[in-house]
Amino acid sequence: MSQSKPILGASPLRKEGRAKVLGAAKYIDDQSLPGMWHGATVRSSIARGIICSITFAPEIDWEQFAIVRASDIPGENTIVHLTKDHPCLAESQVNHPEEPILLLAHPDKTALLAAVRGVRIEYDELPGVFTIEESEAAVENNDAERIIWPGSDAGGTANCFKQYLMYSGEANETEDGLAAAFEAADFIVEEEYHTGAQEQLYIENNGVIAECNKDALGNVSDVCVRGSMQCPYYVVHALTLIFNLPEEKCRVIQVETGGAFGGKEDFPSVIGSHAALLAMKCGHPVKITYDRAEDMAATTKRHPSRTRHRTAVSKDGKLLGGTIDVAIDGGAYATLSPVVLSRATIHSPGPYKWPHIRVRAKAMATNIPPHGAFRGFGAPQSLFALERHMDKIAKTIGLTPEELRRRNFLGTGDRTATGQLLNEPVDMQHLLTRALQESEYHEKLARFAEENKHSTIKRGVGFASFMHGAGFTGSGERRLNSLVHLDVLEDGRPQILVSSTEFGQGTNTILCQVAAQTLQLPYEDILIAQPDTSVVPNSGPTVASRTAMIVGKLVERASHQILATLREQEDLPEEHTREQFIAAAQSYRAKHGSLRASVRYEPATKIYWDDELYRGDAYPGYAWAVYVAEVAVDLNTYMATVTRFDALQEVGLVMHPVLAKGQIEGGVAQGIGYALYEKCVWKEGRMMNNQMTNYIMPTSADLPPIHVHFEEVPSIHGPGGAKGIGELPMDGPAPAILNAIENATGIAFNTIPLLPEDIFERFTSFTEPAHGGSEDFDPTHLGEFLPEAVA
Amino acid sequence: MRSDVSLYDLSAPPSLDAALAILAKEPGKYTPIAGGTELMVALGVGRLVQHSLISIQHLRELRFIRVDDKAIHIGAGTTFTDIRRSQAIAEDLPLLIQSASWTGSIANQNRGTLGGNICNASPAADTPPALLAYGATVRLISASGTRTMPYSDFHLGYKKTVLRPDELLHSISVPRDFSDYRQYIRKVGTRNAQSISKIALAAIAKLEGDTIADIRLGAASLTDRPVRCSATEAALQRQRIDGANLDATVRAARAALATEAKPIDDIRSTAKYRAAVAANLLEEFLRSL
Ligand SMILES: Cc1cc2nc3c(=O)[nH]c(=O)nc-3n(C[C@H](O)[C@H](O)[C@H](O)COP(=O)(O)OP(=O)(O)OC[C@H]3O[C@@H](n4cnc5c(N)ncnc54)[C@H](O)[C@@H]3O)c2cc1C
Repeated sequence: MSQSKPILGASPLRKEGRAKVLGAAKYIDDQSLPGMWHGATVRSSIARGIICSITFAPEIDWEQFAIVRASDIPGENTIVHLTKDHPCLAESQVNHPEEPILLLAHPDKTALLAAVRGVRIEYDELPGVFTIEESEAAVENNDAERIIWPGSDAGGTANCFKQYLMYSGEANETEDGLAAAFEAADFIVEEEYHTGAQEQLYIENNGVIAECNKDALGNVSDVCVRGSMQCPYYVVHALTLIFNLPEEKCRVIQVETGGAFGGKEDFPSVIGSHAALLAMKCGHPVKITYDRAEDMAATTKRHPSRTRHRTAVSKDGKLLGGTIDVAIDGGAYATLSPVVLSRATIHSPGPYKWPHIRVRAKAMATNIPPHGAFRGFGAPQSLFALERHMDKIAKTIGLTPEELRRRNFLGTGDRTATGQLLNEPVDMQHLLTRALQESEYHEKLARFAEENKHSTIKRGVGFASFMHGAGFTGSGERRLNSLVHLDVLEDGRPQILVSSTEFGQGTNTILCQVAAQTLQLPYEDILIAQPDTSVVPNSGPTVASRTAMIVGKLVERASHQILATLREQEDLPEEHTREQFIAAAQSYRAKHGSLRASVRYEPATKIYWDDELYRGDAYPGYAWAVYVAEVAVDLNTYMATVTRFDALQEVGLVMHPVLAKGQIEGGVAQGIGYALYEKCVWKEGRMMNNQMTNYIMPTSADLPPIHVHFEEVPSIHGPGGAKGIGELPMDGPAPAILNAIENATGIAFNTIPLLPEDIFERFTSFTEPAHGGSEDFDPTHLGEFLPEAVA
Repeated sequence: MRSDVSLYDLSAPPSLDAALAILAKEPGKYTPIAGGTELMVALGVGRLVQHSLISIQHLRELRFIRVDDKAIHIGAGTTFTDIRRSQAIAEDLPLLIQSASWTGSIANQNRGTLGGNICNASPAADTPPALLAYGATVRLISASGTRTMPYSDFHLGYKKTVLRPDELLHSISVPRDFSDYRQYIRKVGTRNAQSISKIALAAIAKLEGDTIADIRLGAASLTDRPVRCSATEAALQRQRIDGANLDATVRAARAALATEAKPIDDIRSTAKYRAAVAANLLEEFLRSL
């Protein structure tokens, strides 16, 4: 039976859905190993200083505990990302609050509570820097005391992890072009935009169980870490350095994972290494799970940012040239900041034609726990700035936000700011027309303007147009060199082997759909192996909106390869039934013992990228979108509420409509939180509102109806034409909402999160306050319901 | 869980009298626990200092809603869900129903009690503004007897109440007849559900023509305790709200409220914001009369 209805584009049940719904799915904290101990982390109580002494409270029997210090690490004391500046355990100095210093393990988890408190650490405090501005000032003033990060051989300089300089053409020519553009401009529009940190807030906190075996001499022979994570091979890489072991001796297994959003991209290398070191020390498996307060205080968040735009525009609304300066706050160690910055840089010019543009970007060091991956990965920051700036330009020159964008949109055949030729069809004009229609934008614009005159509730509409590149940047996919296996098992059922992980977003399901569609088999027949690095090949990390497009394409190619083999060698007909496929596969296996296809990444078209000049084909494919927000601002409470949201995107092919809609709705909700609710309140580098009572994530009662619309224009890069969508919905909500708030109130807000206190300040102070609003929150007054709940 | 639960003890006496006897024997040793939705949070984060708890959650003597001619009497052990389901409260005390409905989550409302909400004495708690506006009285009970007092005298300061260590809150009585009052309540929280008030105002007023004959205001997060805004009430007594006088009345109300508002900056909001929004809510109420 060949398939009558295509399974790609249908919405079959999630592969792991039944187990999740029945509560049978086993997350890491549901698991236990024989003889297992529990681990805990002793963390720094200050932001920056020299460790003077570590003493152990005499009333505790320390013999019962395994204690790991930096000196116990058999290999290198580093959590490797792009450089090795990030220690696994602080040795002589701490550089951020909650930095891990010691690890403890005990058979009884409760015993760890007093033990963690029983470790007394004294410090010689050093001055810290806590904002991008303070970090820059230290460099400018040559303030050696506040140079908190020395530089690196990977391109970092004092207090600066990474810088990029990106030109829309040859550097000198572009500078000349810019000079001429600003000379000829009818208007020069300048503004500065800020975005805050954001917590990923996956439902399941970080957690792992580690095991460690030793040889006859007592040396570590191999380690195994299982846990909640996105990228098993990142953890393998980290363990090889910590233990000085080859890859095959570091086994990593991803278990059912309760959400990630980037928060489990780089961080599991930390907790995984810690648990493995404790397992080494105590000779038992060790579980470490964080509670919410520890997870929020000590693990990564989205990078805060500051973006400055200066734009030359003609009076008929043509962008003549622009400069963009992006700065992100990377926290205390480089971790993934250079790559986050890269995506921020490349997305900063947006879906527009810029005759001349220069983007300067840098990631600064601060004494805050390292910021890390979070859905969108730099793009939400720079797109927020751009799409607010487009509204500012429109207002300045007297065009509508719509008209200004229409005059500058990129289209098919144009080149992006990195010089990438858009040879696949792009129709932003149509997307904008449809999004404004679906949301009744024009009708509302007129109606609200009238109604607002007589109401303390001011309503408005606004939108953002943007794109998101799928896959690793530039040469990244080539470097990843992803590998996928497809086995056909004894019973004739195909099994996909990838390191791409399921953490709620639908990896298992869509990859099985691709195989089912290509192999002409029922979806139910396709299996996908648990990501266990002793079994699955490295298909790359599960990040960067790359799984559907890049890994999906590899699964499609592997499926074609299986079919080709069976057609050539077993005479499987072009159109086959399930039974014919099984018979052919079993006959092949009888002769050869196994049936496996292995395929490696190959770009569908030639991809040129120059890492030095930051020019070329930045991403294999882009998803394009226009998001429209409708808001209400209550002038009695200064609260802004999103009352309706329309999200239109062109994503190639919608592989699974239910999951795709879920991705967009969830991302929009997260984007609404980013814009209006979720503020990290810091005090000297420490997150003070590390509880869900005070870190305000929107609830269903705060979210509007979210209308999701798709356009499908198949791309050659993904399976069946699909592109990536995972991060896209994080980009558009914040600027669309603040544009709508400006439409409602006439006031331009350029900083998120935008809390009622901030709106209040602007409505009541009349001059622009230097600070004020939610900056005045007192982080030492935690107040009700969670007295003094700090980690 | 950041507490070692083996270091805590919990007993559940069979009756109210037995509970009171235990409290009387060693006053201050035991802490009553009702729904536990406050105390268990403290336990979870490792900050519950009281190690001996006596449960009063199961005591039927404390869980009732009784209606007589003059008042509705609500046992301290009555849950928010009980309140939300009461027809009598819905008819006579809509502000109390409303405040119970936006307290925490449904799970919270099933366990959390009115007594716990009041005795915990948070300035941000949700039911006190309504109870203050309605002029509730409280009845306290101990092995040596009972005493009653206006609820507005119950709170002495930040997290301080008149309760003695050997005493329990027995019940709250709320007068019934507000049928000729205009009623208003609004909570301004950090979000629309599962949120702690940044500011909240409950207000009731009786008009004689265009003149305010009686007005009562209860507020949360306006001072260090739930508070009745007596100065503002006094300033509004006999004020006119007709078109010609409304603006002046509103100005007087805002000015009076400013004299008794003493909010703070904390992790959720600012004093400035709280004071301004409290005045806005009051103005919203006055303009709706
Ligand atoms: C997730 C969450 C959300 C919440 N949201 C809200 C909210 O929106 N609004 C709000 O107001 N509250 C909220 N709370 C707090 C709490 O639910 C309420 O204050 C509730 O009313 C407490 O009642 P309880 O019976 O659970 O109190 P318990 O925790 O049992 O006790 C609280 C205090 O009162 C004392 N006590 C209890 N009963 C008596 C009595 N009869 N006599 C003397 N002392 C007594 C106890 O000793 C203790 O000190 C929330 C709590 C949580 C965990």
